[in-house]
Amino acid sequence: QTCSFRGVSVCFAMFRNQYDTDVTTWSPAGRLHQVEYAMEAVKQGSPAVGVRSNTHVVLATLKRSANELASYQKKLFRIDDHVGIAIAGLTADARMLSKWMRTECLNHKFVYTSDMQTSRLAVKLADKAQVCTQRSYKRPFGVGLLIAGYDQTGSHLFQTCPSGNFYEYKAMAIGARSQSAKTYLEKNFEAFADAPLDVLTRHALLALRESSSDNELTPLNCSLAIVGVDRKFEIVEGDALEPYLAQINNDEATDDAMES
Amino acid sequence: SPRRPSLAEMETHGFSFVGPVSGAAASADPTKRTMTPIVTGTSVLGIRYNGGILLAADTLGSYGSMARYKDIRRMEQFGKYTVIGASGEFSDFQYLRDHLKQVVLNEHVIGDGSELYPKEIHSYLSRIMYNRRSRFNPLWNSLVIAGFRDNTPFLGVCDLVGTNYTSDTVATGMGAYIGLPLLRKGWKADMTRDEARQLLESTLRVLLYRDCRTINRVQIADLSAEGISISEPFQLETDWSSADHAPNSHDGTW
Repeated sequence: QTCSFRGVSVCFAMFRNQYDTDVTTWSPAGRLHQVEYAMEAVKQGSPAVGVRSNTHVVLATLKRSANELASYQKKLFRIDDHVGIAIAGLTADARMLSKWMRTECLNHKFVYTSDMQTSRLAVKLADKAQVCTQRSYKRPFGVGLLIAGYDQTGSHLFQTCPSGNFYEYKAMAIGARSQSAKTYLEKNFEAFADAPLDVLTRHALLALRESSSDNELTPLNCSLAIVGVDRKFEIVEGDALEPYLAQINNDEATDDAMES
Repeated sequence: SPRRPSLAEMETHGFSFVGPVSGAAASADPTKRTMTPIVTGTSVLGIRYNGGILLAADTLGSYGSMARYKDIRRMEQFGKYTVIGASGEFSDFQYLRDHLKQVVLNEHVIGDGSELYPKEIHSYLSRIMYNRRSRFNPLWNSLVIAGFRDNTPFLGVCDLVGTNYTSDTVATGMGAYIGLPLLRKGWKADMTRDEARQLLESTLRVLLYRDCRTINRVQIADLSAEGISISEPFQLETDWSSADHAPNSHDGTW
């Protein structure tokens, strides 16, 4: 059974359960199906990759457009100078969450004159998401985030889920075909900690390319964000992406040349 | 009468307090709001030297003109990096002490390895003070917030209306009128701890002579890379002999 929702096609390959009507109903197997269905919405979103070094965090995302006439759906949101997110899933839910996160960061800055810690923000967001898994009159948020931040305790990359769980990562990918990106990350992550920024962005884009269906990253369908010790959270899109994409294409040309 | 918000409410609601904030209900019951200070501390002095901060305060709690409580501690350490000195209503400082202790503990309990910076404590206190003044129930203090972290000294002030700033030399109470000009005159960039200490002690001595609400029992706090230490109370050397030569100082005596 398929249904279209805001240009995102959601296909349920699973069987219907009798225990999945309410988020507040447990199944006999000890599962909350509504929460799992919400996580499914994240898996159907287009891919997003995050990689972390000791000094920087890079987010790379693939943007989808509904058709040739349409724009490409935004995947990256700046939350504050020191933290930003990549999303996968229901963009409308993501916008609500990013508005909330921005307010939290601003309130913290107003009271303490300092940047809110990434981990604290992630915890607050996870607790907010958990509330929606335990109220009969709410539904879980249908969006997963990769939160990238740099604060007094260094660089951080967090993943948050509709379930209310959050995890810290050295590298992570979410969304469609993210397993291919994860395989690349698992092979290469040991080099990330000390990698200079240009090497880190290269890894992020190469991992992202593994998740793209046609293996093609263009300035239109791709967007990048960087935050770090010397760098406020900045989204790189459109023509500004050319040098980054050229870097991975050139390397490939060099590899091909060396092979032949 | 307006209910003072609990700590839990402050944590969850931030500064949007539950209960009447303005209007007739808020201004009711004046016995529950600090209108005049009762037991007060006088000046707190602070000076930044090359490598740290020195703070000074006496140990007197005045009851109007009476020198009533001669061993109160007006300077206290919070967390690993900050010392706060208070002048004004001592019970309000006691409240702030308990509250800040809890804040530091809450941070610790989160357990993510981070600790409050001195400037964060300064900012947080400023918000509390301003919020209280806006509700016409001030904490009647002038606070000096001193800190040393990541090899960076911090010296700031916050008063009962929420005015806050940082400076190389600070003083509250009488010290702001008599002491600050002396501190400013004597301060230079890159002064050593000993030079700063001498300047601070001589300023304290002047205040001892001229401020009627002092006693000769003072503490000095030092914040530097070596850590934080608040000295035991000690006496300053004074010389009152000039009083014997003042005009009419022999009246009624021989």
